[in-house]
Amino acid sequence: MSNLVAQHPVLVVAVIKIAVLMFLLLTALAYLTWFERKVVAHIQSRWGPYRAGPHGLLQPLADGLKFLFKEDVTPSGADRFVYYLAPFLTLSLSLTAIALIPFGPGEFKLFGQRTSLGIANLNIGLLFLFAITSLGVYGVALAGWSSNSKYPLLGGLRSSAQMVSYELALTMSVVGVLLLAGSFNLREIIAAQQGFLWGWLPRWNIFASPMPQVIGFSCFFTAAIAETNRLPFDLPEAEGELVAGFHTEYASFKFAMFFMGEYASMITVSCLATILFFGGWLSPFPQIGALAWMRYLPTALLAAGSAWLVWDGIRYETLLGKIVLPVLGVVLAGLAVLIALPGANDFIQGPFWFLAKVFIFLFIYVWVRGTLPRFRYDQLMAVGWKLLLPASLANIVLTSFAIVVGKR
Amino acid sequence: MFAPIEDLYRLAPELVLCTFGILVMLAEPFVPRKRSGLVAFLALLGAGAALAATRLSWAHPGTAFYGLVRVDDFSIFLHFVVGAVAVLVILGSRDYLEREGLHRGEFYALVLFATAGMGVMVSAQELVTAFIGLEISSISSYILASFRRNVPKSNESAMKYFLLGSFATSFFLYGVALVYGATGTTLLSRMDSASGNPTLLRLGLGMIFIGLAFKVASAPFQLWTPDVYEGAPTPVTALLSSGPKAAAFALLLRIFDTVFAASQLWVWAIWVSAALTMFAGNLAALVQSNVKRMLAYSSIAHAGYILVAFAARNEIGTAAVLFYLVAYALMKLGAFTMVTHLGGEGERRLEINDYAGLGSQQPAAAAFLTLYLFSLLGLPVTAGFLGKFYIFNAALKSHLVWLAVLLAINTVISAYYYLRVIVVMYMREPQKEWAATPIPRAVGLVLVLTAAGTLYLGLFPNYLMEFATQSAVLPR
Amino acid sequence: MSLELVLFFVLAAMAIGGAVSLILQRHPIHSALSLIVVMVALAGLYLLLGAEFIAAVQIIVYAGAIMVLFVFVIMLLNAGVEARTNVSRMARYVGLPLGFFLTVELAYWIAGGAGRQAPVSAGPTPTRELARMLFREFVFPFELTSILILIAILGAVVLAKKET
Repeated sequence: MSNLVAQHPVLVVAVIKIAVLMFLLLTALAYLTWFERKVVAHIQSRWGPYRAGPHGLLQPLADGLKFLFKEDVTPSGADRFVYYLAPFLTLSLSLTAIALIPFGPGEFKLFGQRTSLGIANLNIGLLFLFAITSLGVYGVALAGWSSNSKYPLLGGLRSSAQMVSYELALTMSVVGVLLLAGSFNLREIIAAQQGFLWGWLPRWNIFASPMPQVIGFSCFFTAAIAETNRLPFDLPEAEGELVAGFHTEYASFKFAMFFMGEYASMITVSCLATILFFGGWLSPFPQIGALAWMRYLPTALLAAGSAWLVWDGIRYETLLGKIVLPVLGVVLAGLAVLIALPGANDFIQGPFWFLAKVFIFLFIYVWVRGTLPRFRYDQLMAVGWKLLLPASLANIVLTSFAIVVGKR
Repeated sequence: MFAPIEDLYRLAPELVLCTFGILVMLAEPFVPRKRSGLVAFLALLGAGAALAATRLSWAHPGTAFYGLVRVDDFSIFLHFVVGAVAVLVILGSRDYLEREGLHRGEFYALVLFATAGMGVMVSAQELVTAFIGLEISSISSYILASFRRNVPKSNESAMKYFLLGSFATSFFLYGVALVYGATGTTLLSRMDSASGNPTLLRLGLGMIFIGLAFKVASAPFQLWTPDVYEGAPTPVTALLSSGPKAAAFALLLRIFDTVFAASQLWVWAIWVSAALTMFAGNLAALVQSNVKRMLAYSSIAHAGYILVAFAARNEIGTAAVLFYLVAYALMKLGAFTMVTHLGGEGERRLEINDYAGLGSQQPAAAAFLTLYLFSLLGLPVTAGFLGKFYIFNAALKSHLVWLAVLLAINTVISAYYYLRVIVVMYMREPQKEWAATPIPRAVGLVLVLTAAGTLYLGLFPNYLMEFATQSAVLPR
Repeated sequence: MSLELVLFFVLAAMAIGGAVSLILQRHPIHSALSLIVVMVALAGLYLLLGAEFIAAVQIIVYAGAIMVLFVFVIMLLNAGVEARTNVSRMARYVGLPLGFFLTVELAYWIAGGAGRQAPVSAGPTPTRELARMLFREFVFPFELTSILILIAILGAVVLAKKET
């Protein structure tokens, strides 16, 4: 074993990175559910989770425990193998997709290996991501089929039709970006977006010079919402008509796996939108003297957050809150100081902007869910085939035309 | 960056066909139902324009698109054949489609696309291009075969054709893959010089042969033919029996003449296949009571005759194949068009016994059908006779005496079932009253053209034979 | 054994195992799943050969699109467990030896010419090179494919359109 480690240091580093990322991701997933419930609740003038821990912060933990200890029922007549396979497939595929996302430009040393933020850096990163997400259909379709129940079957059928339809538009809509960047590599796609137009407008693909990818982005994000089966395209679940769609018959942790898979895909899609259209880790502000203070923005934000936490914690009703919230605030303050240090400060810029943009997209996801009604099935198909696909094809034509003309 | 204009001239027939195919689809929604003839006319115009375009591309011989396709006398000859087939099929199908309530622009578009695919097949110099041409023509044919959607037989026909056809094309494709693995190229002209794995190359070529043998319906890959020909709408059967067969034979010839390794190894396979095909077709045709099935078996037999010329493996043989393809297309198109017309609404009059008394009731129709059957049998003064004569000639020149003998035996066998139809038409009293509908003008035109062609080739074959001989010299 | 070789054997075993299971499974869905395993294993083999693009396309097109349609159709038809008939039993007794014979023959022919294969490409093919081939030398068949797809769409319309 030690021999193997010595011979393949790259492998060891990769395993460690995977472990760390997995931990961060799963935590993020848990708190994404909390975030979603809170935001939707506020949109609907409710409080949202409030009981488990201060501000409901322990709610994800409670949910997780509940899922673990619930009775795990397998419906009679279910195809056992496929029934068990489906949730595993969903979760593992959506977690694998994250491995391809680069989180920042910086490199660091681990066991003497220079390594970058992000697990895999493939030349065909984007294609590979699509390859993995294109397999995601199976989880839903097989779950629906193997449950041996009519609602899941209908949900599964709907989902496979929906996901196949929207995958086309999804893939087509990024071709414009590929034409601009000339690479499938996600890092190179980000690198191609460096610079500013007229000194202030970032040259991100959404504003790119020969042909801004506005159509591309609209198609991409719409199709992506459909691909992740989120409202307003959550017809595979459609609780009004199909009870809970494809996962009606799933309980306990297998249900949780679908749940986590869905949120992991949301994160992947938000990361992709950031990378492809919004410059990834690139800062939106030009590097000029007047804006030099911008590099302390992360510190400032964290400090403000910690101050609020301490202030809020002191006023909190429960004793637990009075203790936990200020402690959290102090931890955040420590972090703020840490990332203000010269070495860390440079390193943190990329990931900060990246995560900030991803956060905005996640918020939009939740916002859309909180405000838009669900599509009818025929409308959904019509939007996919008659609007998104032609629009994304038009985007390809326009972009390639603009590039050819621009080169002349 | 753009393709040189010469290349486009060389592809003119395909470009014209595809353009008109798309135009037909675009025009259909705007043409009122009452004037649906306009769509047919547009399609006819397209097929005619393709013939004109073939004439145009004749003036620009040479390879196009990095040597993937080539315009030479051979490809021009076959382009004329498939173009003419398209013209005749479109002419002959309009009244049928009206009668069956199937009149839709897609039919004509598919015929045009299929013809374009055949055009690609006959000029392809490279296996991937050939494969896509093959698929274009095959998939169009599958759809055309299923055009009578509410008739179970048509569905069965389409399903069988589709499944077995896909199986055959996958053989072809696997062969292409093996050939590429052996030689590192898919260009036919480079295969001999490539220092590759000769066994693998031969295996690949064998698979390609199987795939194409299916398309030409030669034994032992002929089983699909009767069911498909019977169930498909008759004008489609006419198309299937003439166009794709000619194109597949052309591709076979092209491969076997260009790749030396193929001609060495697979001659015996062609010999066996030719003998089997002739017997399989003729013996089974003997016991058929349905005219369409009988003609289907007869077309298997004819594929066998063509394979005899093929087995001769010389330029006389190639010329004989080309000549026979024309003669065969004319008589088969004529016969199937006649059967289409006689079949009446819903294609119900298809039994041989239903033709009893036709000679007295519809003398013109009976006369036409007799002429085609004589030609299929190979009686003198018809194209079929000279076609067979050239095949004999080629086989004997290559010392394939036994194959020539088998061909003669088969001709005798086939006399039984061709003459039986004629006997029934003229010498038997009708058992049922059939409404004698007048022959529509377009169908009449097809019949006159094919009959005239059959007789013309039977009397004055020289011009076509000269053209065929000239085309038979394939540039290596 | 190097890591590549180990990976090769794992993937090859996956591909063959999947293919065998595809035939042996009696339920269409299980067969379809086995086929997906084959496709993914093949993609892995392409990756080992350095053909990243082909690997990704293999998964996207075959596993991600075509097989989804398979599964979709099986679900839609609610196809049940395949019934064993006399013919299918006959297929086992006749087909198995024939299939075995074909395998041996193919292996013999391919092995007979081992080492004499034409050098198809030296080293990994970068995607750029592939694109150049596709859009220059092979632009004609590439464009021709669009007609092929058009026909397929036309076919779907012809077969599915409501009677007027």
